[in-house]
Amino acid sequence: MPGLIIDRLSMRFDLPNGSSVQALKDVSLNLEAGELLSVLGPSGCGKTTLLNIVAGFLAPTEGQIVLNNKKVSGPGPERGMVFQQGALFEWMSVRENVGFGPSMKKMPKAEKAQIVDHLLDVVGLQDFKDKAVYELSGGMQQRVALARCLANEPDVILMDEPLGALDALTREKMQGLVLKLWKETGKTIILITHSVEEALLLGERLIVMAPRPGRIHTEYRLPFAEMGVGQDLREVKKHPKFGEVREEILGMIWDMEEEIMGRTESA
Amino acid sequence: MGLLGDLWGELVIVLVTLAGAIPYIIGYVLLILLMMFIWSGIKRLLTPKHDYASLKTVTFGDESAVTSNTVASVVSIILIFVLWGAFTGSKLLPSFMHAPAAFEGEGTFTYTITTPAGETDDATVTVIVHPASTNPAVPEVEPGEGIAKNDATTIASYRSELLRVDRNDEMGRDEETFITAVDGQPIAPGVGVPVSFGRVVMSDKGTLNIVPDTGIQMEAIWLPSPEAVWSRVTEIATVGYRNFTLAEHLGYSLFRVIVGFLLGALVGIPLGYAMGLSNWFRGWFDPIVEFMRPVPPLALIPLVIIWFGIGEVGKIILLFLAALWIMAIAARSGVSGVRISKIHAAYSLGASKWQIMRHVIIPNSLPEIFTGARVAMGVCWGTVVAAELVAAQKGGGMMISVAADFQQTDIVLMGIILIGIIGFTIDMMMRQAEKWLVPWKGKG
Repeated sequence: MPGLIIDRLSMRFDLPNGSSVQALKDVSLNLEAGELLSVLGPSGCGKTTLLNIVAGFLAPTEGQIVLNNKKVSGPGPERGMVFQQGALFEWMSVRENVGFGPSMKKMPKAEKAQIVDHLLDVVGLQDFKDKAVYELSGGMQQRVALARCLANEPDVILMDEPLGALDALTREKMQGLVLKLWKETGKTIILITHSVEEALLLGERLIVMAPRPGRIHTEYRLPFAEMGVGQDLREVKKHPKFGEVREEILGMIWDMEEEIMGRTESA
Repeated sequence: MGLLGDLWGELVIVLVTLAGAIPYIIGYVLLILLMMFIWSGIKRLLTPKHDYASLKTVTFGDESAVTSNTVASVVSIILIFVLWGAFTGSKLLPSFMHAPAAFEGEGTFTYTITTPAGETDDATVTVIVHPASTNPAVPEVEPGEGIAKNDATTIASYRSELLRVDRNDEMGRDEETFITAVDGQPIAPGVGVPVSFGRVVMSDKGTLNIVPDTGIQMEAIWLPSPEAVWSRVTEIATVGYRNFTLAEHLGYSLFRVIVGFLLGALVGIPLGYAMGLSNWFRGWFDPIVEFMRPVPPLALIPLVIIWFGIGEVGKIILLFLAALWIMAIAARSGVSGVRISKIHAAYSLGASKWQIMRHVIIPNSLPEIFTGARVAMGVCWGTVVAAELVAAQKGGGMMISVAADFQQTDIVLMGIILIGIIGFTIDMMMRQAEKWLVPWKGKG
């Protein structure tokens, strides 16, 4: 099945003072359709840069992204994006936000209304469809963002810390929702997160990135996402392997942070 | 150094003038404070003691605990009218609330002359103090017995008169006979003494200057009473002033503002968008906009008059310029203020550039544009009045400027009040429109 190919991606920014930053170096990854990948790493490891390149907002200095045998050269509706927050259109109602993608395609009204209605059911916002988005809580806003992304039927969904700004309880509920949507829609999902637990819970595949230059450090294939679809996420966290991998990754990231700190101190 | 000395002198004059107002300001503040204590006393009786606000122990410094007290606002407005009425002798107020008025009616005083021989004689002076609008005849008085003879005169209120009361006496200053007392109080050149209706001051040459009491009310040519202003409003609304009715004067002012503002917005908003979206446009217009923004539109009036005359074209171009830069800057910052994640989201939802303009950039910039529009309308309204003060055949500003030339203070006051009301109404309407059209303002 053709999927998303990230092919030897490198990214170098030239700074005004003449030096340059190697944000990414030789990052390669093949994602099959329907895979759920979570990306972890200390700040500055190029996670967001990677996502922005996949989304088509940035052009890499070397390498390429190929989706369904087509090279990515800019943003497009086949790659939907969910941001941390503040990307909803506050001048539109919940319904209009969710229907934004179909509207841009000039989809007939009845068909659009059907899609929007269905997705509002899926994310549980049917009662709020005519509210303004700024009247909703943070968790509800992220559900609108998810529904808006799904309404466009993208092949890949890119999530940049979508749950980062939510409180712990809401976050847990949203993690369940993301898993449910993944299973039901069969979309390919790339999810960036700061939280190791979230990466484990939501990552069928998980990569840990290392900074300077940004690169893939370790890759895991994990059973927890599959487990989480059927049962309570708190049960999944009690799994002995869960704790084991969590400690391993925490140690890894800890070491990287130590190294960065050491380097800045000696510099 | 000469300049510094002059400036110092001016500063002293300003401070002395302001100091003259201090007793009145203190009186005003005390009145308001009195109201405050009365009201808080009443309120304590009326409200339950355990509502949320009264349970707060920290209110001083708690910004949320400070709201505009409606009662204070009402008191403030009423007090302004009461003070206005009190100091103008308004008939709308009961007379016990009036400030002491200027003396009007008949008053008398006696003066005493002393001859070189040491003889003294008294005579009475009758003074009729009348309103400036009437002109009563000087009353006939009996000359009376003795050397000094009785006199009479009329004085308009708020005026004074130098009266040579000894002119009709049998012995005057040519005979070394001088006035030595008024109402039994000794007087000499440069000295003044109180009499029943005011003061009498002796000039250096020995003539009596009669100064009737002016009270502390304002003369109508400085401050007309509220009802006088109101009757002017009705008069000008029906009869008109300088060939145009009130509605025409104010209508022309509004017409200029609205047309000038709309033209400014029509050009300024696209210009601002272009500056927000293109490096080249930003570079092209930045120097012009940044230079023109700090130039007050009022400073352009002379140039606009030279170029376009004093007709409607010149006025509208002036207001166009006043609104243009404000609207361009508002639109520019509206565009620059759009969060990149919104643009990214729209692109990855399949929007084209045009659709992003239409559905993201424009709605996102509307709150800023509305703020700009409110500022621009305020500036335009101020500018049109100023432009009409300088030169116009009709308009609210022209009305007060011409009236001022003829000391028609009631028209000037009326004009100022109406200009204020219209400016306030415009701002209120803009705010309401903002609430209506951009409810998401500040909620992003």
